[in-house]
Amino acid sequence: MAISPPSQRIWWKEPIPKTELVWIIIAFLWGLVMFFMMIYWHIAGEQNLSNEAYRTTPEAFTEKTQAMVAQYTVRDEVGFPVVAPPPGSDVYLIARLWQFWPILEFKKDQTYRLHISSLDWQHGFSLQPVNINLQIHPGYEMVVTLTPDKAGEYSVVCNEFCGIGHHTMIGKIYVTE
Amino acid sequence: MANAAVFRTCPATGLKIHRPAEALIKANAVTAVVFLAVGGFFGLLVALTRWPAVHLLPADWFYLALTAHGLDVLLVWIIFFEIAILYFASAILLNSRLAAPKLAWVGFALMLAGAVITNVAVLQGGSSVMFTSYVPMKAAPHFYLGVILFAVGALIGCGIFFGTLVIARQERTYKGSIPLVTFGALTAAIIAVFTIASGAIILIPTLLWSIGLVSYIDPLMYKTVWWAMGHSSQQINVSAHVAVWYAIAAIVVGAKPLSEKVSRMAFLMYILFLQLASAHHLLVEPGISSEWKIFNTSYAMYLAVLGSMIHGMTVPGSIEAAQRKKGYTNGLFGWLAKAPWSNPAFAGMFMSLVLFGFLGGISGVVLGTEQINLIMHNTLYVPGHFHATVVAGTTLAFMAVTYLLVPLIFQRELVLKKVAQWQPYVFAVGVSGISLFMMGAGTLGVARRHWDIGFADSLLSFDYPATAFLMMGLNGLAAILAALGGLMYIVVVVGSILFGKRIGEQPAERPAPVPTEAAAVGAYGSAETLSIPGTVVLVGVFFTAFVLYYFVNWKYLSEVWPLQ
Ligand code: HEM
Ligand SMILES: [Cu+2]
Ligand SMILES: [Cu+2]
Repeated sequence: MAISPPSQRIWWKEPIPKTELVWIIIAFLWGLVMFFMMIYWHIAGEQNLSNEAYRTTPEAFTEKTQAMVAQYTVRDEVGFPVVAPPPGSDVYLIARLWQFWPILEFKKDQTYRLHISSLDWQHGFSLQPVNINLQIHPGYEMVVTLTPDKAGEYSVVCNEFCGIGHHTMIGKIYVTE
Repeated sequence: MANAAVFRTCPATGLKIHRPAEALIKANAVTAVVFLAVGGFFGLLVALTRWPAVHLLPADWFYLALTAHGLDVLLVWIIFFEIAILYFASAILLNSRLAAPKLAWVGFALMLAGAVITNVAVLQGGSSVMFTSYVPMKAAPHFYLGVILFAVGALIGCGIFFGTLVIARQERTYKGSIPLVTFGALTAAIIAVFTIASGAIILIPTLLWSIGLVSYIDPLMYKTVWWAMGHSSQQINVSAHVAVWYAIAAIVVGAKPLSEKVSRMAFLMYILFLQLASAHHLLVEPGISSEWKIFNTSYAMYLAVLGSMIHGMTVPGSIEAAQRKKGYTNGLFGWLAKAPWSNPAFAGMFMSLVLFGFLGGISGVVLGTEQINLIMHNTLYVPGHFHATVVAGTTLAFMAVTYLLVPLIFQRELVLKKVAQWQPYVFAVGVSGISLFMMGAGTLGVARRHWDIGFADSLLSFDYPATAFLMMGLNGLAAILAALGGLMYIVVVVGSILFGKRIGEQPAERPAPVPTEAAAVGAYGSAETLSIPGTVVLVGVFFTAFVLYYFVNWKYLSEVWPLQ
């Protein structure tokens, strides 16, 4: 029994029962399949993180974001600038207590290099209703190259707890035809 | 050997019981249950707040309650109970005295003091930072201090366990190798040492930072080391609850491992493939390479998962073999139908096994897949997953084994037997509900740790789909059921300890007989005696579900915006 010493003192010489052996082999092979699946997706899949990231500071990141806002703002919405940067360009999104700034406007099927960073605590980038989720750290600038493939209005919900205003922290991304 | 008066012989099992060990087991187990009650209550408040139609607590209280919930159940309840299991699996199962009981009490006192201090810090309101306490969000210094004291106490507990193994070996209190259950506990204790070391590496600087002696802690570094603790502590839980499965199967149906070698090897895998820095918590963080993520999740995780998949066959397999040997050989599942379902220890154990595998295991592997994590990270899918592992798996298994500890260690009969009999079912249904509904809401994108998914106070607006709101309501209902199941457990356990009929005892004059049942069974496990077709079918169903669900999620992933 499992609560008493093994009845066979030399238990490590026991033969392995066949059912168990077969299951171990199947489970092991399945582990290999799952391992290669991740690599396969890097080659053939369309949703991968580049892992491109830089060290930054709140000041440096704010400066870059402001430069973009100054250049490409197209209108204003409840106090947020709505920015429509050209396709292919570097786009900056600030996460801070408790807003995402500015509002972005993308063109469908165009590619953008989105840079995100936090000015204070950690935040979460949860793009809804698409459901893409990234972690935002202060001091790190993460770059994701994305290609919105459907037009519409999207929201960025903060899904890392960031204090008492956490549940009010949302941003917007528009995708136009 | 130590003098006989400090031992008694258990009339039911013939085990020789060291009284100081017994007292420590009682103290740790009772404290665990008290914190489960407190933490579970916070869990209910949290769930009722996340039910949009009820929205019980105001925001600040919600985040406070959520912090307290995570700490009290994940840390305090589980680890106190695990210390009780370590003492049981060493001193009691090996018929030995416990090493240094006085020091063990010091460890207990440290853990209790730590738990109380951290709870005070949380309840004072300035430390609603969640149990993960990610920097640069700062809690009060005594929040970290309490956690550190708690960990030191737990480390002492592990030391006592190792010491007891050494004493038992030197004093030859058992023959041959240690029992499988003790081996599982040993696995848990070894992982615990690694865990606590990682915890110290990160929490001590954080404590210094909170009082101003250290100026900066890198948030990514914090998270990497924190999860080296946070993840490996889950590996402790798995080792401990798998050991409990084996123990219950042995005690209740007389199950014998199919093969000692395979089961021990599977435990060993938990140690060998412990994720050194737990990359699956960091899959969508900036600046971590894919190579490292893939290596760390697959080498480390899939081989540990392999360990669990092996136990997932050997535990029900050993039960099937034992039942068939008793003559329950009808069809594929006659052995299962005739299992002691009205015994809460067995029912709880078996549901723990099934739910841990089907809900917790499968969702965990999917969630930990590098790219799939993109569509789940920090959504409610995550708490959905771990309520299946750590509540339906670990907590339910610990509840089940309590029904055996009460007569054995507390020497009391259970009171309210009917309530006890229903308890595992009520709790299992409730917990399955919260797991599934949170996973469902997470699949729809709903954020975890979030007070208001209606975003009433935001400048900008956003609505989750109506189904998400429905899921949160159902989650609230399931939470009430789970809380009821938890309450039933606490009432039965506390009631039995206080008012249960005393079970007579005999002082240990004679050397205690070593449990003999094992000798009567076949030589090599139960392997050569019987085949286990029912278990093979169960495992086949599990595997099919696993493969299908895994690929369905790749399909979901392929539908989101392309990104590189
Ligand atoms: C009555 C039973 C329980 C109910 C109703 C319950 C419910 C919940 C809910 C609704 C959440 C919040 C999810 C969120 O908003 O992010 C949560 C979080 C959590 N629960 Fe439970 N739970 C219960 C028992 C347990 C137990 C027994 C454990 C551990 C053994 C546990 C561990 C946790 C942890 C670690 C968190 C995460 C806290 C955080 O995000 O910081 N729960 N629970
Ligand atoms: Cu935020
Ligand atoms: Cu937030």
